[in-house]
Amino acid sequence: MLEVRDLHAYYGKSHILQGVDLDVGAGEVVSLLGRNGVGRSTTVKAIMGEVAPQGTIRFKGKDIAGLPSYKIARLGLGYVPEHRDIFPSLTVRQNLVLGIKDTRRPGKWRLQDMLDMFPNLAARADTAAGVLSGGEKQMLTTCRTLMGDPDLIMIDEPTEGLAPLIVQQVGDLIARIAQAGVAILLVEQKLSIAMRISKRVYIMGHGRVVFEGTPDELKANAAVRQEWLEV
Amino acid sequence: MLELIVISTLNGVLFGMLLFLLSSGLTVIFSMMGVLNFAHASFYMLGAFFGFQLTKWIGFWPALVLAPLLVGAIGMAVERYGLRNTHKHGHVAELLLTFGLAFAIEEIVSMIWGKSPLDYRVPALLDFPAFTIFSTNYPAYKIFMLAVSVIIFVALLIVLKRTRVGLIVQAALTHPHMVGHLGHNVGRVFMAVFGVGSALAALAGVIAGPALVTQSDMAASLGPILFVVIVFGGLGSLPGAFIASLVIGLVQTFAVALDGSLASAFGPLDPSSGPSVLTDVWNVTIAQVAPIVPYVLLVLILIVRPMGLMGTRET
Repeated sequence: MLEVRDLHAYYGKSHILQGVDLDVGAGEVVSLLGRNGVGRSTTVKAIMGEVAPQGTIRFKGKDIAGLPSYKIARLGLGYVPEHRDIFPSLTVRQNLVLGIKDTRRPGKWRLQDMLDMFPNLAARADTAAGVLSGGEKQMLTTCRTLMGDPDLIMIDEPTEGLAPLIVQQVGDLIARIAQAGVAILLVEQKLSIAMRISKRVYIMGHGRVVFEGTPDELKANAAVRQEWLEV
Repeated sequence: MLELIVISTLNGVLFGMLLFLLSSGLTVIFSMMGVLNFAHASFYMLGAFFGFQLTKWIGFWPALVLAPLLVGAIGMAVERYGLRNTHKHGHVAELLLTFGLAFAIEEIVSMIWGKSPLDYRVPALLDFPAFTIFSTNYPAYKIFMLAVSVIIFVALLIVLKRTRVGLIVQAALTHPHMVGHLGHNVGRVFMAVFGVGSALAALAGVIAGPALVTQSDMAASLGPILFVVIVFGGLGSLPGAFIASLVIGLVQTFAVALDGSLASAFGPLDPSSGPSVLTDVWNVTIAQVAPIVPYVLLVLILIVRPMGLMGTRET
């Protein structure tokens, strides 16, 4: 479904991505792991067109490298950014409604389903989203992107800065998205959720992929974990 | 004295609402695109000149609709073919583009219409006193200006708060990238907002032209006040721009109308009974310092509250 080949990207003169290759199949859950600053977020930003990409990016067989991000989104690629960019002055409900791309063609995720799934969001449906807690904001951005009915959703660091109990809830949400048949590319630093739900994992280091395998293979490979993940 | 207060309040609110027609567009454009549009007051001037010319050809009422539409189209073209192409070179390039545009518009206007004030008259239909308070006749045209500004204000509020397009605009005020990631064409939203902002500025020009002076330096003289309004209100805040417009409008109108000076306030205490260096300062009237009052307010707000009245980011 998503094919990335020899992807390069630059911030000014620094060469951040130095030839990334990765694939996500239809309905597959894949994690992109690695330490801070190795280019995981830049990879998803380049796929989404927020950072100028060089290389091949194909989504559903169509070349999307360098398209404006709204066109990429309309092809069915959803993106939940690292900083949970909620619209703070709008209400929770308005945030969710803005996730819908075309009001004439509602997708499989309904506003009411989202609110039923998260009683916390339902209770605050009509308050400004800016006052939500970090965990609630994460649920809101993820649900907002789901309202656009993506076939593949890229989620960047959903558990960053969240309490263990909330991390658990975020994990449940991601598992539920996977059950609904939506493919997921999860960018994470922690292993817990990634190992629990992923079919395959990629590990990045110095702007390229340094390991690819199943969670079990990663568990068995202490050398890789030590060199590229553990601090 | 009561007469002065009533008339000055009316005039102040009117001037404030006109300022809001201009500052609302400017502040929204700044917030969304991060560009302070130096040419915004020039669109106001274009509105006045187009209004004058079209009034001559086809009458005031069609001009009232047509002139803002024309200027709105020019604004959209500036965004689409100018700003969008300069965007990749950063904000400085965009700023310089609007800066240059302001000069270009001023020169073009004075080449076509000359540098002296135009004979842009209040339409005959509205050229009568609406009512008389105390001994002053209040012109109907001013009431018309006030009505137009209020209608636009209410319409703007409804569109922003009640429609889907309004929601997208509000969202793009803080997170334009995210709006794009959700599948909305942010470029088109930017172009539309730039167009509507320019059209509103032009509308202010069409209706203010006959009441104030229509002249090729009108943009240069209004521009600085406009920046004071949006910095005072808080960059990117519509409610802030509304309050600041009214405050600046009222303060300036009252300052012009008041005739007091330190000498008259302190009477016998004043040192000017004997000549001294202070005599000049002591005898300056409030009306004389009126033009600098907005800038004094600007300095004060920057000292006390750098993000402006309702702003969220540092200016």
